[in-house]
Amino acid sequence: MAYPVRKILFSPVVDNNPIILQVLGICSALAVTTKLSTALTMSIALTLVVACSGMAISLIRHHIPTNIRIIVQMTIIASMVIVVDQFLRAFAYELSKELSVFVGLIITNCIVMGRAEAFAMKNPPWPSFLDGFGNGLGFSVILLTVGTIRELFGSGSLLGYTILPLARDGGWYVPNGLLLLPPSAFFLIGLIIWAVRSWKKAQVEKAEFRIREMRQPTETA
Amino acid sequence: MAEPDTPPVKHSNRKTLLVAFAVCLVCSLIVASAAVLLKPIQMANQSIERKRILVEIADLMKPGLTVAQAYQQVDIFMVELSSGLVTDAFDPEKFDITKAVKDVNLSIPLQRNEDPAQIRRKPKYLPVYRVNDSAGKLKTLILPVYGYGLWSTLYGFIALQEDMRTIQGLRFHQHAETPGLGGEVDNPRWLALWKGKIAFDDHWEPRIELIKGTVGTSTPDSHHKVDGLSGATLTTHGVTQLLNFWLGKEGFGPYLIRLREERERS
Repeated sequence: MAYPVRKILFSPVVDNNPIILQVLGICSALAVTTKLSTALTMSIALTLVVACSGMAISLIRHHIPTNIRIIVQMTIIASMVIVVDQFLRAFAYELSKELSVFVGLIITNCIVMGRAEAFAMKNPPWPSFLDGFGNGLGFSVILLTVGTIRELFGSGSLLGYTILPLARDGGWYVPNGLLLLPPSAFFLIGLIIWAVRSWKKAQVEKAEFRIREMRQPTETA
Repeated sequence: MAEPDTPPVKHSNRKTLLVAFAVCLVCSLIVASAAVLLKPIQMANQSIERKRILVEIADLMKPGLTVAQAYQQVDIFMVELSSGLVTDAFDPEKFDITKAVKDVNLSIPLQRNEDPAQIRRKPKYLPVYRVNDSAGKLKTLILPVYGYGLWSTLYGFIALQEDMRTIQGLRFHQHAETPGLGGEVDNPRWLALWKGKIAFDDHWEPRIELIKGTVGTSTPDSHHKVDGLSGATLTTHGVTQLLNFWLGKEGFGPYLIRLREERERS
């Protein structure tokens, strides 16, 4: 059986993006995007974990008893996250200090569990790997976009290199302090969702209710 | 999307247990080997980090110097806490606090009521770090301090100026407090508040208070007080307790008394 590799790999980037369509994994998207370097590390770590855990779970999917499948998935995902965390602590100590608990929190990132449950349990290893990788890419695209905007306009630099010289260091750029605070990631993700949904109308959700026209309030006794 | 193949079937209890056991075994092997194999590199990183913080707190980091070069200006001594005497029984460079508190010969258990820093066992010996000026007089004295915050033990250093009373700085090199709340113990702006505070009262009893709200000039005893971390009551409490413990008679008190007497004699 041939698999639509391109579709599995790239549909999660725009058409079915885990962050902007499914609105999963928001917590880490807020926390690690003040700087591009942490956003990049987080993206790589998450992509690795989703892809590899998808493959591992898919490999043993016929043997996972239905009644304990979630905990088995969790065990596999958690082990991989710990391994990634240990590697970061050994080879990227500074970054791992900045990412602190957020690497560990990949375990609870809904994207990872979501892909394991929705795809890896039902598909062979290779497509599961691609699906995980694709979803990791979708996550990374948003994280890197938000990270770039926040670091560039919040601290005037990218990956630590000064791009816009800051006024307080004798340059001309007055940074936007809001971008360094978590709410700004919400605004940016909201704007990205708006932009993508104006372009891809299919992503617009059906309204759950209609706001009625306002009536004149009547006096009540 | 690929056609989903057969959904997982229901298995017997025996199979369920077997799969659970096999998954746990394989996963634990992977996790354990990663942890064990990478530990030496991680320890080396932590040791560099500790030295970096030590030289930064002592203000030895000058442009062009590496951490190792700056660290050479620091003299290290092992001190017996109970007597305050310097000992050369061990190599302070090789001293490992986590090992020491597990060793019955190197540490003593603390009762609940005498353990405000919640460290359970107190090491008998700890290293102290001295930086001398060109005349050989004490310029900065750096003491290791540690204690429990909310989630983790905070390991850090407090640096005292030559009067052994004024705080030069406080830094933590290892902790796992909540980022954004207790994790703000690493915030440079908060750490900067410590410089110039007085760690002892007139009778040389440690006195450091972390209070709610900003410490202004109108605050009574403002030189003993630092603004606590908002949203991190337990971490703040932990920091207060650990500092008062280690600077008090149970901690480095006897050593500090000796140093003061030495200075008065000279």
